[in-house]
Amino acid sequence: MLGLSRNDFLMLLFVLFLVAAAPILLNPFPEGSSLAQFNAGYPDLMQRFLIFGIFAIGFNILFGLTGYLSFGHAAFLGAGSYAGVWMLKLLTINVIPAIIVSTLVAGLFSLAIGYISLRRSGIYFSILTLAFAQMSFALASSVLQPITGGETGLQTNLNDPRILDGANTTGNIPAPSLFGWEMRESMQVPVGDWLWTFNVGYYVCAFILLIAFYISIRIFRSPFGMMLKAIKSNNERLSYTGISPRPYTLAAFVISGMYAGLAGGLMVSMDPLAGSERMQWTASGEVVLMTILGGVGTVLGPVIGAGIIKYFENIFSKINDNLLHGWFSFMPDGLEDFMVAVIHPFVGKGWHLSLGLMFMLAIIFLPGGFVGSLHNVFSRIFRKRAQ
Amino acid sequence: MSSKKNVLSTPVTRRSVLKATAATATVAAAPMIIPSTAYGYANEPKGSSVTLGFNVPQSGAYADEGADELRAYELAVEHLNGGGDGGMMGTFSSKALKGNGILGRKVEYVTGDTQTKPDAARASARSMIEKDGAIMITGGSSSGVAVAVQGLCQEAGVIFMAGLTHSNDTTGKDKKANGFRHFFNSYMSGAALAPILGDNYGKDRKAYHLTADYNWGYTTEEAVRTSTEAMGWETVAAVKTPLSQTDFSSYVAPVQASGADILVLNHYGANMVNSLTSAVQFGLRGAQVNGKSLEIVVPLYSRLMAKGAGENVKGIFGSTNWHWSLTDDASKAFVKSFGEKYGFPPSQAAHTCYVQTLLYADACERAGSHDPCAVAEALEGFEFDGLGNGPTLYRAEDHQCFKDVLVVKGKENPTSEFDLLEIVEVTPASQVTYDASIFGGDLGSCNAG
Repeated sequence: MLGLSRNDFLMLLFVLFLVAAAPILLNPFPEGSSLAQFNAGYPDLMQRFLIFGIFAIGFNILFGLTGYLSFGHAAFLGAGSYAGVWMLKLLTINVIPAIIVSTLVAGLFSLAIGYISLRRSGIYFSILTLAFAQMSFALASSVLQPITGGETGLQTNLNDPRILDGANTTGNIPAPSLFGWEMRESMQVPVGDWLWTFNVGYYVCAFILLIAFYISIRIFRSPFGMMLKAIKSNNERLSYTGISPRPYTLAAFVISGMYAGLAGGLMVSMDPLAGSERMQWTASGEVVLMTILGGVGTVLGPVIGAGIIKYFENIFSKINDNLLHGWFSFMPDGLEDFMVAVIHPFVGKGWHLSLGLMFMLAIIFLPGGFVGSLHNVFSRIFRKRAQ
Repeated sequence: MSSKKNVLSTPVTRRSVLKATAATATVAAAPMIIPSTAYGYANEPKGSSVTLGFNVPQSGAYADEGADELRAYELAVEHLNGGGDGGMMGTFSSKALKGNGILGRKVEYVTGDTQTKPDAARASARSMIEKDGAIMITGGSSSGVAVAVQGLCQEAGVIFMAGLTHSNDTTGKDKKANGFRHFFNSYMSGAALAPILGDNYGKDRKAYHLTADYNWGYTTEEAVRTSTEAMGWETVAAVKTPLSQTDFSSYVAPVQASGADILVLNHYGANMVNSLTSAVQFGLRGAQVNGKSLEIVVPLYSRLMAKGAGENVKGIFGSTNWHWSLTDDASKAFVKSFGEKYGFPPSQAAHTCYVQTLLYADACERAGSHDPCAVAEALEGFEFDGLGNGPTLYRAEDHQCFKDVLVVKGKENPTSEFDLLEIVEVTPASQVTYDASIFGGDLGSCNAG
């Protein structure tokens, strides 16, 4: 089906089901219940799951297949974001040009950076990409201020030209839209105590994620993907057989850069603001974490990893002491305060700590990441049965 | 060479992208679209409570201010719900608030961390609006963040009550119909400070600016430059410093060699604490340049910064929106209830956030609705008193408050760890009022979601 093996096709269907039903699956707790805090089924977070999923899928094409660990992918995300906002400002509020142009701009940018960085491999490559990304960040937040808005960020304005759109008479900044469908429009469906939000922007992201995912599967299974795996397992041997790995790694680098740009373009299409900290090294590190947590070199892993990290960032960071006291109010006073004091460092602004702990546990006990380990478990079960 | 060909051609021709597109398009097109305006206005409260979103920096250079803002918000919520001693609700000239929440609905709140970054702040505000159903977002401590979040609130159709944001842009070039600011701005600081600086340091001075590299820094530098140059000062250099900078020694070192005899620190929060400390450690203060003693000026001052910088602030001039040592009834009432709850006096950030929450609640009561457009109408042109700054006007043209500005100086002999600033002069509102059109920008029209 679609040029995929049966297993891959089933996986694509599985992802299709997950993203289509996410607004329902991610809201397991009834509105108003004390656990509603853990619901993730609101547009902003669901869009982030998908957008960072795309970012991580692209990153995995480079890191998972060739083993080249780039520490500067946020630069492409940022470049894509800026290109996207400029399209929304100058050309039209329709998101299609923004998404296409941001992908292309990030592609060109990654070609330039990749061409230089790929002259080295291993740790030197990582440091080079990190240096380029930090350079881009520093430029974006200072010298390139007229283009990037500096630390204030770049956003759409009432008096932007938008040459393809008619004159704006509403007195309001138009919202990014797809032929009249505004990205932020949602349909809210109350079912019993539950509230499901189906958001236009989310489904636009979902559609693009599925394409991105499909392309990634095809790359993984293609001869080109095979060549990339060969580079990972033994680069030197490949050179001895007379094949230069550079064009392959560069192609993989540019493809993953374009994925990052696409993610950036989508991000500004959902919320038209680009801040320079999007390019900072922490953002580059985040995508590395996502990929490793989900499973390096697995097709599905990065998407899962992106979901986990964004969930922690958005849900755990919003738990404050007030809520904690609410949860433990059934306990005697002293015990309540004790429990709150114990949990306090791990929630709110301490969410990084819980994420770090989970990351450590995952690395120690699940070396292949979540998906990799699941894979191992399944194959072990099957082997036992076969015996 | 054949392998090279392989890279580019094989995967492309093999991909059946079109087929995939068709398959997924049918799925994605399934959900129907109902415009959110079908519900009256965004996040219209249906039950017996109303949710406000407090979006403050809990990490980064402005974390101290953020923590104090959060305390003020919690106090305001307590007072609105009828708890505590009511604070400034007793002195407020409008008597619409009854201590039974807002329009009879109990006030609840959610908090978020802006991280002093526009991206993170917007994400946090979006989740408050979409997930928690917040009807009003407030907070700040960075103008970059305020401008970003104000834009979001305009798009989402909720009211934004700016917390501490001092850049001209917030109600100037980036003003929005759904956004309101009580705090004063760079222009007012410049206009209030210049005469005092002229009186104390003379009209013939050479200034060196260190400026935080974002919109607040720019407008503050510009305001101070314009108003001091108008009275005869000369600006030798203006150097931008990143907001995330913590070590300012490399920025402070060249100052003395530049021939400047005034150092203006357009820094706030931890930035200012660090840069001032560096400057003093480098022996800049009181150094003899051009036969004059080198002086330092900090256009925007707060008690939290004065506390952080310790001894170094003594005698340094700056401006502030409000100070706890003010002796009017409103300020005393606020300091009392804040002090009783937390054990120390509030900062100017806490004051403006508390006032903004009260002003929002009062506007809802007077409008009889939470509808952002009705609330905006109630706030526009609103004149009030009894909130600590004397008679104040919420100007309709740019949603900026106009009130007296305090020029302060680091106290030479503090009597307590909080008694760090002394008020040098109260500059009347008329002296710092400007024409609403000078910064450009367009309010647009109110958006109810």
